[in-house]
Amino acid sequence: MIETKSYRDGARAVGPFAIAVAGFGISFGVLARAAGFGWLAPIVMSATTFAGSAQFAAVSVIGDGGTVATAVTAALLLNARYGPIGVSVAPYLTGRAWWRFVRAQLVVDESWALAAQGDGRFDPRVLVGAGLVLYCGWVGGTAIGSIGGEALGDPATIGLDAAFPALFLALLVPQLKGRRRLQAAVLGASIALALTPFAPAGVPIIAAAVVCLMGLRK
Amino acid sequence: MNATWLVVVLVGAGTIAIKAAGPVLLGGRPLPARFTGVVELLAPAVLGALVAVQTFGAGHTLVVDERLIGVAAAGIALWRKAPLLMVVVIAAATTAIARAFL
Repeated sequence: MIETKSYRDGARAVGPFAIAVAGFGISFGVLARAAGFGWLAPIVMSATTFAGSAQFAAVSVIGDGGTVATAVTAALLLNARYGPIGVSVAPYLTGRAWWRFVRAQLVVDESWALAAQGDGRFDPRVLVGAGLVLYCGWVGGTAIGSIGGEALGDPATIGLDAAFPALFLALLVPQLKGRRRLQAAVLGASIALALTPFAPAGVPIIAAAVVCLMGLRK
Repeated sequence: MNATWLVVVLVGAGTIAIKAAGPVLLGGRPLPARFTGVVELLAPAVLGALVAVQTFGAGHTLVVDERLIGVAAAGIALWRKAPLLMVVVIAAATTAIARAFL
C-alpha cells in the first residue's frame, strides 16, 4: 500500500467539518449544563467519550429524570456502530497495541469518512490528522458552551428544550439512506412514543433499539 | 460519585472500549454480513426514538406544544441544507418566540 497522504492532508481536509463539530460542541456544552451536568463534567465527557450523539443521548435521558443505567445503555447503543467501523479500519492501524488503541479513539464518523479511499481501504494518516482536529474542535466547543452557557438564562424561555430534538433530527437525517433505515427510524420513534406513558424515563429509547433486529432479515 | 460523574465515567469507558475493540483485538477480520446489517440500523432506530420522545414527551405523558414548531422549523432548515449549529439555533429561537407570543 502506498501512503501518499500526510497527517496534514487529513487536518486540512477536515476544516469545514471541524467548524461544524465545534458548533455542535458548543450546543452540547450548553445543553449538558442546562440538564444539570455543571460546567466541568461536559468537558471531561467530551474529552473521554468523543462521540457526539451518544453524549447528547446520555445527557437528555438524565435531564428527563432517567437512571444512570438507562442513560449509559442508550449512549452505548448509539456508539455500537464504532464496533464494525473500528474493524473496517483495523488492517490499516499498524504498530504496537497501545498505538493502535490511541489512534482508534480518533475514529469518529467524519474522520472515518474522510479516510475512506473509496475502494474499501483507509488512509491511517488522514484518519489521525482529521481526528485530532475534530477532537480539538469538539472539546474546545464543549468548553465554550458549558462555561459560557450560564449567561443564557432559563433553558425553556430560550427554547433550549426544542434544541435537543432538533439536534437528534439533524443527526438522523444523514442516516436515512435507503428504505430500511427509514423504516427503522419510524418504527423506533413509534415504539418509544407508545412506551413513554408506562416505562421509566430512558427505557423507551432502549426498547426502540430492538428494531435493528430486522437487519437480520435479508 | 453522583449520577452525573457516573454517567461520564461509564459512557467514556464503554465508548473507549468499543472504539478500541476492532483495531486492538480483531486485527482486520471482517464482521459477518448479518451482524453489520443489524448494527447499521441501530443509529436510525435510536435517533428516531430520541427525536420523538424529546419532541412529544413530558414525563409520562405525550403533549403537543411549542417544541413541535421548533422541530418543524429545524426540519425545514435541514431540508435547505443549513449547517448544524444554525439548525439548532433556529429550533430554539422558533420555540422561544412561539412560547412568548402564542
